[in-house]
Amino acid sequence: MSNAEMPDGDLLVILRHGPHGTSWLREGLDAALVGAAFGRRVALLFMGEGVLALLDGQGAGALGQKGTSPTLEMLEMYDIETLYVEGPAMARYGIAQQDLLLAPVALEDTVIAELVERHALILTF
Amino acid sequence: MRYAILLMGAPYSDQASHSALRFARALLARGHRLETVFFYHDGVYNAARLAAPPQDEPHLVDGWAALHAEHGVTLQVCIAAALRRGLLDEREASRHGKSGHSVEAPFELTGLGQLVDVGLSCDRLVTFGP
Repeated sequence: MSNAEMPDGDLLVILRHGPHGTSWLREGLDAALVGAAFGRRVALLFMGEGVLALLDGQGAGALGQKGTSPTLEMLEMYDIETLYVEGPAMARYGIAQQDLLLAPVALEDTVIAELVERHALILTF
Repeated sequence: MRYAILLMGAPYSDQASHSALRFARALLARGHRLETVFFYHDGVYNAARLAAPPQDEPHLVDGWAALHAEHGVTLQVCIAAALRRGLLDEREASRHGKSGHSVEAPFELTGLGQLVDVGLSCDRLVTFGP
């Protein structure tokens, strides 16, 4: 993906935790939804363990937590359509595009650095 | 420069709160302005009114309050993250039928929208987390 195709945005939320075990992912997604609800241009980047959040077919789990896949399915309703995933992390976890719930654009590390530069505010969870 | 701090680490569990407070003091000493400290995730515990650390340890809650008193730094706590962790001001305590409250001024419960606004309006937002 070249620079020209990568839009500038207000808020980039970087998600680096999986869907279960901690509340990082849920609270990060909340920040993204609120930013979008306030009319900001929001992009999401799933990095490292965060790529696991995108796996299709997740359940809520046994702990009485709501799970995050319903929130991911709502992103489009909030006009959060700019989705990126760290390509090398997908390879590390053995995940292919067809395993994913959504269709994020896979980025190499050098492009991720450019993505960060093109956003006014970065929140990392 | 106009700074804001996002703090997401619990006090006394992680270094994050101690580092954030020292960073706040350092940038004020350099003549910068610190507009807001925003408490999110486990950082909301920094607003616990009832915190009673041993006397020979830094009192983080009082440390934040002192920043407000001396420099007018606003102390904003994410209300959604706070409520589910038992951190309620008088108004929320009464709304939820609780007999006591655990957050008081100068800490204010506020929405996440404030974090986005502060982040975009300041020159720098610096995040401290575990």
